Amino acid sequence: MSAAQGPGATGKTRDAVGESPGAGDASRPGRSGTGQDRGKDRAGSDSAAAVADAHRREWAFVLAATARVAGDIDLAEECVQDAYVAALDAWSRQGVPRNPGAWLTTAARRRAIDALRRNRTLRGKLPLLIEPAPPVAVSSPPAPVPGEDDVIPDDRLRLVFTCCHPALAREAQVALTLRLVCGLTTTEIAQAFLVPEPTMAARVTRAKKKISAARIAYRVPGAAELPDRLDGVLTVVHLLYTTGHTAPTGENLVRDDLVERAIDLVRMLHSLMPDEREVRGLLALLLLTDARRVTRADADGRLLLLAEQDRSRWNRDAIAEGIALVPGALRGGSPGRFALQAAIAALHAEAPSYAETDWRQIVQLYDALLAVWPSPVVALNRAVALALAEGPEAGLAQIQELEAGGRLADYRYLPAAKADLLRRLGRREEAAQAYRAAMSLTENTAERAFLDRRIAEVGGQPEPGRATG
Amino acid sequence: MAEYLILIYEDENGYANASPDVFQQVMEAHTRFAQQVEQRGGKIVSGNALQPTSTATSIRGDVVTDGPFAETKEALGGYYLVEAPDLDHALDIAKLCPARFGGVEVRPIMDFSGG
Repeated sequence: MSAAQGPGATGKTRDAVGESPGAGDASRPGRSGTGQDRGKDRAGSDSAAAVADAHRREWAFVLAATARVAGDIDLAEECVQDAYVAALDAWSRQGVPRNPGAWLTTAARRRAIDALRRNRTLRGKLPLLIEPAPPVAVSSPPAPVPGEDDVIPDDRLRLVFTCCHPALAREAQVALTLRLVCGLTTTEIAQAFLVPEPTMAARVTRAKKKISAARIAYRVPGAAELPDRLDGVLTVVHLLYTTGHTAPTGENLVRDDLVERAIDLVRMLHSLMPDEREVRGLLALLLLTDARRVTRADADGRLLLLAEQDRSRWNRDAIAEGIALVPGALRGGSPGRFALQAAIAALHAEAPSYAETDWRQIVQLYDALLAVWPSPVVALNRAVALALAEGPEAGLAQIQELEAGGRLADYRYLPAAKADLLRRLGRREEAAQAYRAAMSLTENTAERAFLDRRIAEVGGQPEPGRATG
Repeated sequence: MAEYLILIYEDENGYANASPDVFQQVMEAHTRFAQQVEQRGGKIVSGNALQPTSTATSIRGDVVTDGPFAETKEALGGYYLVEAPDLDHALDIAKLCPARFGGVEVRPIMDFSGG
């Protein structure tokens, strides 16, 4: 069938844009093995794997391009899903096309156009995506739309910026990004955030409705708004990563699926916006942090602190890639918060041991970070670094000041950090009390086990005590 | 173009205790706002200030009661109905809307025209 021929026009647009995020990057750290290179000999025999691979690599591109034609997110999603189903059959009979993303895009766009033709009378009632430019004429075949907005001619960015529009609640931004950009099902997203599926489904539906009812435009923000809006996008990606990095509840310390999606997303953003320094900074930060993933817990799932981790098992490829990105993120103006955090992570990654870490420079970087991002969490991290650079008393004084400020009342790492410094100062009773306070603020099994051990070490009762004041 | 209602929610005490100077400034701000909307490619379809909630009467079912529907610190004090191409433009306009003692809410108008 003609859809199987592989599209010329869209293929060219696609090629002009460049490779898909991380394509051919077999050295990518922490890959689960589903995204292996497509071996030429395997094409045809292993179409299911090719479809799964294309789902992960190309979903955002295919959906974004289809949404432009469909003018409606729900219709676009449906057509893209149909295209993947069709690929399963077509690729097993005809072989995997040279450019799977382009094949899928053409197939999905054709379906969208057919659906619009069939439902032309209904069209006015469909919730439309609002585009700044006139939509592609329904009667013509999908034409390449290169360079329509000269800055970044790729629809994936439109999709990302629409999902992360500030008029949507943060949790809706996160859910929509996973659903529309990463192609996760509502069930998967609900599982990732331990939310009941109907709740997540309602959240996604409500957000999509708002996009159409309030006419949130399907576009990349202009230069004036871009820094703010991009920061919002990066915040969503970072939130995904941190949610996966230390899952707030549940058995496992790390939820690999979320962590890998976050890294995929920031890789994609970096490939689409190579000159944005904060995107580069966030990619470096996630790579450098993720390089330590396997050493963050021992074989029994026990949490290991930075000081206890086996540095020989850190992912050196990820560290090299991350470190190489840092200078470009820092240079060319005052560095942003992700670039500075990446620089801090780079110092940790380069240090031969915990004791030999350049804590003074880390404190300086935290000072710079506080200047651009005056967050009490940053101040807490600075206090910990200060304790290592200048001794536990100096750090403890800062932490107590933060505690008095009250803005970190529910933040479990404050009492945990305070407890650690008290322990090192030999103030065991106070340390035990602070560990218990931290315990009351986490539901993560690995973290609770860690705190239990610490309480036992300082000679406190493992059960939450009734200690007052 | 779509229509959006910009609802102005403010603490009524702000106006109750305001000096004539402040009133003057607020009036000027609204005049300036009207000009800025035009400059931004939007259009004010209509707009009004409301009498304070002490003048409100609420009806639920058949029961008529004195006062606003809900007692809140910041009450609806006025509105603009504007035309804008999309939400970003509407928000741009709404950011300029004077609300000295509170803030504004932007709501898209439902379109029943269909077909």
